[in-house]
Amino acid sequence: MEELDGEPTVTLIPGVNSQKKQMCFDWGPGEMLVCETSFNKKEKSDMMPGCPFIHIIRKNEDVYSQILRKLFNESHGIFVGLQRIEEELTGKSRKAQLVRVSKNYRSVIRACLEEMHQLAIAGKDPASDRQFSIQVSSLSAMELIWNLCEILFIEVAPAGPLLLHLLDWVQLHVCEVDSLSADVLGSENPSKHERFWNLPGNTQTLTELELKWQHWHEGCERHLQDGTFASSPHLESLCKIMLGDEAALLEQKELLSNWYHFLVTRLLYSHPTVKPMDLHFYAQSSLDLFLGGESSPEPLDNILMAAFEFDIHQVIKECSIALSNWWFVAHLTDLLDHCKLLQSHNLYFGSNMREFLLLEYASGLFAHHSLWQLGVDYFDYCPELGRVSLELHIERIPLSTEQKALKVLRVCEQRQMTEQVRSICKILAMKAVRNNRLGSALSWSIRAKDAAFATLVSDRFLRDYCERGCFSDLDLIDNLGPAMMLSDRLTFLGKYREFHRLYGEKRFVDAASLLLSLMTSQIAPRTFWMTLLTDALPLLEQKQVIFSAEQTYELMRCLEDLTSGRPVRGEPDAQQLQDDDVETTKVEMLRLALARNLARSIVKEGSLEGS
Amino acid sequence: MEEIYAKFVSQKISKTRWRPVPPGSLQTVETFATGSWDNEENYVSLWSIGDFGNLDSDGGFEGDHQLLCDIRHHGDVMDLQFFDQERIVAASSTGCVTVFLHHPNNQTLSVSQQWTRAHYHTGPGSPSCSSAPCTGVVCSNPEIVTVGEDGRINLFRADHKEAIRTIDNADSSTLHAVTFLRTPEILTVNSIGQLKIWDFRQQGNEPSQILSLTGDRVPLHCVDRHPNQQHVVATGGQDGMLSIWDVRQGTMPVSLLKAHEAEMWEVHFHPSNPDHLFTCSEDGSLWHWDACTDVPEKSSLFHQGGRNSTFLSHSISNQANVHQSLISSWLITDPAKDRIEITSLLPNRTLSVNSLDVLGPCLVCGTDAEAIYVTRQLFS
Repeated sequence: MEELDGEPTVTLIPGVNSQKKQMCFDWGPGEMLVCETSFNKKEKSDMMPGCPFIHIIRKNEDVYSQILRKLFNESHGIFVGLQRIEEELTGKSRKAQLVRVSKNYRSVIRACLEEMHQLAIAGKDPASDRQFSIQVSSLSAMELIWNLCEILFIEVAPAGPLLLHLLDWVQLHVCEVDSLSADVLGSENPSKHERFWNLPGNTQTLTELELKWQHWHEGCERHLQDGTFASSPHLESLCKIMLGDEAALLEQKELLSNWYHFLVTRLLYSHPTVKPMDLHFYAQSSLDLFLGGESSPEPLDNILMAAFEFDIHQVIKECSIALSNWWFVAHLTDLLDHCKLLQSHNLYFGSNMREFLLLEYASGLFAHHSLWQLGVDYFDYCPELGRVSLELHIERIPLSTEQKALKVLRVCEQRQMTEQVRSICKILAMKAVRNNRLGSALSWSIRAKDAAFATLVSDRFLRDYCERGCFSDLDLIDNLGPAMMLSDRLTFLGKYREFHRLYGEKRFVDAASLLLSLMTSQIAPRTFWMTLLTDALPLLEQKQVIFSAEQTYELMRCLEDLTSGRPVRGEPDAQQLQDDDVETTKVEMLRLALARNLARSIVKEGSLEGS
Repeated sequence: MEEIYAKFVSQKISKTRWRPVPPGSLQTVETFATGSWDNEENYVSLWSIGDFGNLDSDGGFEGDHQLLCDIRHHGDVMDLQFFDQERIVAASSTGCVTVFLHHPNNQTLSVSQQWTRAHYHTGPGSPSCSSAPCTGVVCSNPEIVTVGEDGRINLFRADHKEAIRTIDNADSSTLHAVTFLRTPEILTVNSIGQLKIWDFRQQGNEPSQILSLTGDRVPLHCVDRHPNQQHVVATGGQDGMLSIWDVRQGTMPVSLLKAHEAEMWEVHFHPSNPDHLFTCSEDGSLWHWDACTDVPEKSSLFHQGGRNSTFLSHSISNQANVHQSLISSWLITDPAKDRIEITSLLPNRTLSVNSLDVLGPCLVCGTDAEAIYVTRQLFS
């Protein structure tokens, strides 16, 4: 567990003169922002240039974070698997399944523990070794607590096997047992007990076991009274131990590394068929006896005690305080919730404890540059606030490459978060436009079904055309396909390009009717009409008559629309006058061409065939 | 079928590639390279798969893969290719292309060559030093071709400081992947669903051929060429669709196969058994497509739990006659006769499988769940 005492480490902020100036700070999800204020420590105001930077301070986790990442990733897989099996099972198979999940979690913790232990004893440098050792003890405490919770809450071991499970638990976690004493203490037990604890078959009932044990216990007592072991004090104390004599047990205190080892040993010899509900009596007294008033219980002791008292909420609360990240409490609470052990306990903001812890954990994941993908799944399984939290977090992920953006978009689309899709696509499309990647910009607006942006992109293309007289990115415009329908402007762009293509292929009649339809169907922006009419000029001047009379009337109408609609300007300057001149010339040329074409078409249509 | 080993490696894997085995040698497949992404410090790493009967120091599983060496890489590793036995080319999200050299005697990697501004944006709104991610790289000794988000194609040659040839603005959208067709010809796929073939012998900046899907312009993310038949190409799209193309015939794909539920990140023909195709996707699955048309009873061998095995007859777009003396099983158009068997190789659904590679009987893949999966018995 974390040590509570000791000098806090001092971190110097570069560039800030902490002697003279005051600093301000604010906490973030995993980091702290610090900057210099303009307040001086002394009274006189020094007009010294201050440090202009804002610093981000983060705890240096490089040392062990690599291994913890494996913990996060593997447990994520187990978590998601647990949510998915939830619906299917009932009864006994469900319990077995939940126990298996719990064991999976524990094996992941153990794997990380061992890896960290290897690194700790590898002895690279003392500072990181110390960090590793702290983490190792933290992880092993987590596994200890989880194991106990599994026995008491999930497995819900009944009176008989309870002690066996507790025995396993202690044996697993108590590492410092002197080998000699192990022989002495251990060798007697199996031989005596195997005869009585024939549990694999579980053929005996609890009362039968109790009876047999009582019988054996009385036998032992008689031996002690009769002084069978009087010759050897060692054997005598052994016999006392086996009778569960507390004083004798406490004499061997060095061999019992902690009070729960003492507890289990005591129970083994005095109350082997202890019922779960009686456990806390013995636990409390064991703790008191073991500590003997010399030291006070540590956080770990309090947690274990709360577990023995079957106070789940207390366990979780204490763990939340004692441990440095939310991983443990989030996953344990979720598992216990699946065992239907947590009453819905409304917190101030309306969600229950499980959801609160999962939200905290997932938010912490989102603060990590890489683990945000795990956080998504955790939010998914928070029914009340998960979706909203995800919506807020997912928009703030920095998108450095298109591939990352695609993954984020896929997350949003799978959850029908259309607003977020739209906003992300808009950001990407805007970036693309600025980098002159009009094809990419269009592709993003198609994905977001963003007609407004598609219009913007098309306007860019059209502007480029007007400036340069030719289209850029023909590969895109020629191959728009159904995407053309996304916005009117885009459709216009596609059709306009088609007009050029038809003209290039000398299919003048088709080109002409297309051109006309572009104007009459109103999809051409008004500003472009002049260009379109100018494009019609060469068609009007062809030797053969291309536009029919009807069509010519239409064209004339368009021209009149265009010229009549022009607003009267104020003070015209030289440039404007020049422009006006050009405009007037163009209009006159058009009128002339249209009139001539009208004449010819009327004549042509009025003549007989073949003339 | 196969045993697949997973190992969590504390970094999201963007690319995995087997080291090529020299042709004609009796060496087995042993080493693979990985690139990571989305970390503050990304790494290109080399791993070795253990020999049988080889337990490592802490009693790890004999099939477990071990890290040989790694080297820091600036930016995400967007693509990775072995240039030859010792050199690896990595494409970065900073627009830089790096050639790493592996020193087998002391098991280290070092930077052998670097082109730092291979890909960059120029535009009215982009700052002058704006870099663009390099999205794809392909090697054919001594040439290296790279493509990027800036729509640029670069042709490099190892040991030349500058690019031999650059096609600026080859595409108005992002180029996602590139592959060689024949040596002077490459094929690129982009984010508006087009395949473009470029011939380096020609001087201009125009593609020699453009192929695309009809209908929606779904972005294409990956491409691979059939190892023996250079006109057959497979692509994977953003909607998870697998398309098989014959680049000599028309402008549309030969078959469209509905595959994954999300972006298909990589598609690979098996280099020595090209009737087998592998795809991996954002939806967390890796599929093995078996188009062997000969043995119908093969299906009875695949009866182990934990995988799906389905039959799918492929849907075909309108296709003109295919007259070949040697018809690739991927191009066969008779739906009644042909079945493609699809098997999912990963035991559980996981986060996105970003990359895969196959060589001989071995397959390696990397996921966003920071795990690498290796199997050495692909066809047992």
